[in-house]
Amino acid sequence: MRIMKMQSKFLDVFLESLEKFGSLYGPVRRNGVLRFEKLEKISDLEISDEVPMIPLKKLFHPMKFTMLQFDERGFSPDYSVIERRVIIGVHPCDIHGLLRLDEIFMGKPADPYYTGLRENSSIIGFSCMPSKSSLCKSTDTDMIEEGFDLFFVNLEEFYLVWVGSSRGYDMIREREEFFEENVSHEDIDRYVEWREKRNAKFEQKIDFNNMPDLMELSYNSEIWNYFAGKCLSCGQCTMVCPTCNCYTVTDVFDVTNEAKGKRNRMWDSCMFVDYSLVAGGHNFRGTRQDRLKLWYTHKLKSFGHEYGRPGCVGCGRCVETCPVDINVITVSTALTTREVPKQ
Amino acid sequence: MTASETYQNPFIPEPVRIVHQRDLIKDHRFFQIRHIDMQRAMSFQYMPGQFIMLSLPGVGEAPFCIASTPSRPGILELGIRKVGKVTEALYQKVDNDVIFMRGPYGNCFKIDQMKHKDIVMVAGGLGVMPLRSILYYVLDNRDDFDRFFFLYGARSPDMMLFKEEFLQLAKRRDIECLYAVEKVGDEKDWAHHTGMVTALFKDLPELDPLKTNAVICGPPVMYKFVIQELLKLKIPKNQIQMTLERRMKCGIGKCGHCVLENLYTCIDGPVFTYWDTLHFRELI
Repeated sequence: MRIMKMQSKFLDVFLESLEKFGSLYGPVRRNGVLRFEKLEKISDLEISDEVPMIPLKKLFHPMKFTMLQFDERGFSPDYSVIERRVIIGVHPCDIHGLLRLDEIFMGKPADPYYTGLRENSSIIGFSCMPSKSSLCKSTDTDMIEEGFDLFFVNLEEFYLVWVGSSRGYDMIREREEFFEENVSHEDIDRYVEWREKRNAKFEQKIDFNNMPDLMELSYNSEIWNYFAGKCLSCGQCTMVCPTCNCYTVTDVFDVTNEAKGKRNRMWDSCMFVDYSLVAGGHNFRGTRQDRLKLWYTHKLKSFGHEYGRPGCVGCGRCVETCPVDINVITVSTALTTREVPKQ
Repeated sequence: MTASETYQNPFIPEPVRIVHQRDLIKDHRFFQIRHIDMQRAMSFQYMPGQFIMLSLPGVGEAPFCIASTPSRPGILELGIRKVGKVTEALYQKVDNDVIFMRGPYGNCFKIDQMKHKDIVMVAGGLGVMPLRSILYYVLDNRDDFDRFFFLYGARSPDMMLFKEEFLQLAKRRDIECLYAVEKVGDEKDWAHHTGMVTALFKDLPELDPLKTNAVICGPPVMYKFVIQELLKLKIPKNQIQMTLERRMKCGIGKCGHCVLENLYTCIDGPVFTYWDTLHFRELI
């Protein structure tokens, strides 16, 4: 992969030039919350070590959108959600999250909406320093080798820029004057230093290799009673998780016409009580314990079985978000120590 | 090229006509449907055990097993209980109304594994619907299979689905039909068993368990008791097939609802073996 060098002072001008490749999106702070949004101007962009509250998935698996339109004659697809975009400021964990969703949504038969959004989006990744909840070293998702067009590693007065795709190369060619081919020994030293500094900053460590077995062995453990007793079934863990993909589908009639309407897709959560409810009233996962187990089985065990890696990308969002401290750290710790967390 | 031309969209339902519908028993109705496009109707391919998503604009979608056999192409048959939003709207439709469907989805019964073996088919109540598909598939390809035993249990004679059809079936020489009802009620000339479906096992002749395949479907409560009987016969656990129900929104492994650990009922099922269920605790 080609790696180039760019002086930091060129960053804003370069990012602005990417408008040629699509509408610019990136982390923006609104009412104190960092969120991925369409950029009105490049100065709104806030690239920091903080992860946006809702992960990048919301731009590829939107919270709610129209899949199909229907009328008397039948159904037709609605692809209005698909737009050419350049998404700036994405951390490695979120890119890894997207690569996991690719397996689900682009596995055959591919979901045309996700695939369309994916094909029409460029990803401009940015390096970050871990927060106190970051687990990405443990999940092996702290660095990224694929899934981006350009990736910027911030080394203060300059960036090292990984070129991850032919489109990324075209982007650089647009402003060739900003990029230097020659990376000096000193620059390499700076990069190694940065990695070491970053590696030393991780506060959390979980051995994910043991989790599939521990999940299996702990299926009847009392730790699940403990967590189920606290869980509020609010579903926030699933909303903020970069690899949660569950959705539901609802039909809505147009207000003015009783034969016309839309078929919408919107996020669903396996924490909700009706997630596995079938017509007639049988609920395959009526208890909170069953639903919590499903989520953690999916993240820590099954995903690895299917795709070779855990479903957790270590972003730490569930750690920050769960109001009652049920998260990948507390659950993994309880599974490892066989003890419920101390109050 | 526009987006509509670029992408295959597996979510667009196809129009089908209700060719014929009739009530089987209260709140259980038989539907025959056919793709409006005749060529599509004749070339539509599926296997016993697969399901479709029926789609009513403005109401929604729900999964239904196919109750007809691919050996009799052209028309799809479904047996549907009025139990939810989609089925209630479906019951409002009249013959020749257009509805929508997509599919077929899911795996199917492991037919190759059953060839030249004896078959014990056990159905309870509405569970007979997916089994009706493989029932006629076996009968239409009769030379590929050995002895065929069909055990069906209903609450009472008037609760028996496809009653006339199945009583007629019992007259055939190439299938042994054993029927049981829990209560006879007013039906004076009920010539079959009274009791649970499990009571029918004593009427089975001696079977070579390694050369026997069991296929079962019924209400959740039935599985436990029927499986006990099959295990008593020493039928290997991976030769006991069953088909399962789950909430589904997509049918193609995207929406997550029917997940069981690393399996999706919609693409890895709905047909599982008893051996599978021992691995996946949530299965039955």
